[in-house]
Amino acid sequence: MRVNGEERRGVAQPRVTLADFLRDELGLTGTHLGCEHGVCGACTILVDGRSARSCLMLAVQAEGHELTTVEGLAPADGPLHPIQEAFSAKHGLQCGFCTPGFLMSVHELLAEVPDPDEAEIRRRLSGNICRCTGYHNIVESVRYAAELLRGAGAAV
Amino acid sequence: MTTVETREPFVGRRLRRKEDARLVRGAGWFVPDRKLPGMLHAAILRSPFAHARIERLDVSGALACEGVVAAFTGSDLAGRVGRFQESARKEVTPQLLEAIDGTVKPTPFPVLADEVALWVGAPVAVVVASDRYAAEDALEAIEASYEPLEPVAGPEAALRDGAPVLHPELGDNVAARFRVGSGDVEAAFASAPRTLRRRFAFGRHSANSMETRSVQASYDEGRGELTVWLTNARPHLIRTHVSEMLGLPLESVRVVVPDMGGSFGTGVYSEDALIPFLAMELRRPVRWVEDRQENLAITRHARDQVHDLELAYDDDGRILALRDRFLVDVGAYNAYAITVSYNAAAHLRGQYAIDCFSIEGLNVLTTKAPVSPVRGAGRPEAVFALDRALDLVAADCGLDPADVRRRNMIPAEEIPRPMGMPYRDGAEMVYDSGDFPAQLEQALEAFDYDGWREQQTLWRAQGRRVGIGISSYVEGSGFGPHEGAVVRLDPAGNVRVVTGAKPHGQGLETTLAQICADELGVDVERVTVASGDTGLIQYGIGTFASRSAVTAGSAVGIAARRLREKVLAVAGVLLDADPDELDLAGDEVVVRGEARAVSLAEVAHAAAPGPRNRLPAGMEPGLEAQYYFQPPTVTFASGTHLAAVEVDEETGFVEVLRYLTVDDCGRMLNPMVVEGQIQGGVAHGIGTALYEESLYDEDCQLLSGTYMDYLLPSAVEVPPIEVGHQQCLSELNPFGIKGCGEGGAVSPPAAIANAVADAFRPERVELNRVPIRPEAVLEAVRAARARDQEEGGAR
Repeated sequence: MRVNGEERRGVAQPRVTLADFLRDELGLTGTHLGCEHGVCGACTILVDGRSARSCLMLAVQAEGHELTTVEGLAPADGPLHPIQEAFSAKHGLQCGFCTPGFLMSVHELLAEVPDPDEAEIRRRLSGNICRCTGYHNIVESVRYAAELLRGAGAAV
Repeated sequence: MTTVETREPFVGRRLRRKEDARLVRGAGWFVPDRKLPGMLHAAILRSPFAHARIERLDVSGALACEGVVAAFTGSDLAGRVGRFQESARKEVTPQLLEAIDGTVKPTPFPVLADEVALWVGAPVAVVVASDRYAAEDALEAIEASYEPLEPVAGPEAALRDGAPVLHPELGDNVAARFRVGSGDVEAAFASAPRTLRRRFAFGRHSANSMETRSVQASYDEGRGELTVWLTNARPHLIRTHVSEMLGLPLESVRVVVPDMGGSFGTGVYSEDALIPFLAMELRRPVRWVEDRQENLAITRHARDQVHDLELAYDDDGRILALRDRFLVDVGAYNAYAITVSYNAAAHLRGQYAIDCFSIEGLNVLTTKAPVSPVRGAGRPEAVFALDRALDLVAADCGLDPADVRRRNMIPAEEIPRPMGMPYRDGAEMVYDSGDFPAQLEQALEAFDYDGWREQQTLWRAQGRRVGIGISSYVEGSGFGPHEGAVVRLDPAGNVRVVTGAKPHGQGLETTLAQICADELGVDVERVTVASGDTGLIQYGIGTFASRSAVTAGSAVGIAARRLREKVLAVAGVLLDADPDELDLAGDEVVVRGEARAVSLAEVAHAAAPGPRNRLPAGMEPGLEAQYYFQPPTVTFASGTHLAAVEVDEETGFVEVLRYLTVDDCGRMLNPMVVEGQIQGGVAHGIGTALYEESLYDEDCQLLSGTYMDYLLPSAVEVPPIEVGHQQCLSELNPFGIKGCGEGGAVSPPAAIANAVADAFRPERVELNRVPIRPEAVLEAVRAARARDQEEGGAR
């Protein structure tokens, strides 16, 4: 499989979840497990550009697919991705545990809808649970990220 | 000449958080993120019965499973691992107990149930294997047989004659009780023009931090040293427990808590000692990660109170006396003495001047998961009872709910005001600061309360059920007994702060750095904050009870001041100048108004221990200062919340249209962080009010074991949360700080319940239990209609 733009290989028992494989075999511990039954959204990653719960997928199902995790949003030694930048600037995270899942859901949202309104943002994030922020600043972060991304697009 | 810019203080600024840089990259360090070589994985077998005698546990089948290394039951641990002795009980002084006519009985709990399991989820056996999959498989190979015993499904059942006594050595199921009061309550009720009595019930829910608990342990046999990594905001307390229970010297146990994915409450759990025991026993690192089903069954359950509240009042809605008797369903063990119940009693009267009162609280044992203090810790329950009752008083007297509050509120000029009872720390309970009437008016104005009342009438005429609810609270914040800080300066001018307070999302790495930077006189970028490691600082209490900004913040500030004095004193020797004429400027110390300066590197060199040091006489070497702040007692934060809801009369579904808060948390270190705390607390409280319940059936079987049954609010259910502030500074600490971590979660159940009832004000619908599920709304409307018909028939 390709993960964050790199070819990655590993051996997984058929029953091993994709989330466990990413974390334990590939060392990509930015993907977090909050419920392991597909509700909280903390483990959300992108599979071929679409958001997916990595706790509900088996590692073997990801064979041959293109995956993006939070580690793939920005180079480790480079500047933050505009979505990451926006979450920090607008205090869209507190403990940071659910954050990687939110970032990936927002990535998908803004790729499809560059200028979502508040209702759209809230609806599209309803598959990610945050216990810290009350969502207020997450919504603000998404608006700001959309602004940053549109600005970046205009600059290009 | 070097000029020193007078800089705007860092405290009070909306600074971006230092912790974000790693967290948004997924580069945080949560316990399960780091593997240890040769690490084993544990899984735990839990009781399927609420109350059962363990007849037989045979782990031989599990031991035969592939990958399994070991398995233990409670009887294997007997005499080898001690029981958890509740630390909260030790904190209740005999003087306090005497003053409150109180009793607290010990209910120490075993790491694995040894004879009797007392709740669904009680740990009974553990399997250790090469990976978690193998360990969980092997649990199914354990042969277990139980003799089911009669469950005790609630506090009233527990108090009934003939109820099974869950801890026979206690004699009954009352683990703790107390009574506080003042004035002649009987006489006030006997002579009052009006009285009301209602039962207010607050369902059980759980903290639900997004990260579940985990424990990882490693034992260095050669050195006899144990290291424990775990998800708990009280590392020093865990060190004490582990050292006592495993018989290790305190200094041979190191507890490390890296990043935590929330907490929202406190608690010690079996695994905190069990996993270290396994690591010592097996001489291999062992990890256990709680899964969400376990978390929902056993971790940080809370609330579960029933208040029988009575108010005596006059025709103008002025409260003359209050009487309350309440029961807390603490579950199978009373792990927190009277922490939560006494909080409820102490905060019940809130912002109101009620000096004639009698409050009795009982902690009752049942066959449910033990409860613990969770965000608000007794305050949401108390505020719900009183603020609901005030709305009933308003209705009875024909008053607007805002007016009944105005009439009963403590005037600003009465602050500081003794409240006629001791606080939980034994000190006299005094509202030390605040202006409650101004807070209410600020909230009403920001909400456009009058405008919404007018609009509500128009909507009502159109058949829309919109309601408005008000609730206010006080919160004793910054609980002691202490918190400490060490501040160090390196030769390059970088500052390290170490503290015993362990943040779990509150942004302390930023806010403590802001205080330190101001007091030391350095740029905030130079300051880093380390915590969550008993190896870094000798004493620590931890993060809970809205205490860390107050206690650790004060400790950091004072330690930083002392370090500044030291730096300037040493520089004064080098520059032959009076320290009062010196300032820190970047990486040097300068003489104010002159060109003379000395670098911090030179100061550090001169301050280092050794014969060549150039310290002023009598000064300890090293550019380091330590301070433990010991608050005299808590300092009172407060808040007022307004909610507007719309109720669908057909379905009973409640939508929160608007939510507004005004809080007073004293000096705000970082308003952005404060607002985040409030908004998160409100969302938590909306969950409490409308959705979340740890639900048991009549046999105490848990019905809410997954997130399909236990409903957490998402971005769709939580509205934008409007936040306003008052800043009445505390005088109980040098920086005027009060806590803000819990307040947001305290008032929403009351404000929303009041709003839902208000939507049906003409029909006098009452909602006196949370969570308010749609069926509860429909039932309340039916009950009101039935009452009206009955009253109509009687006429």
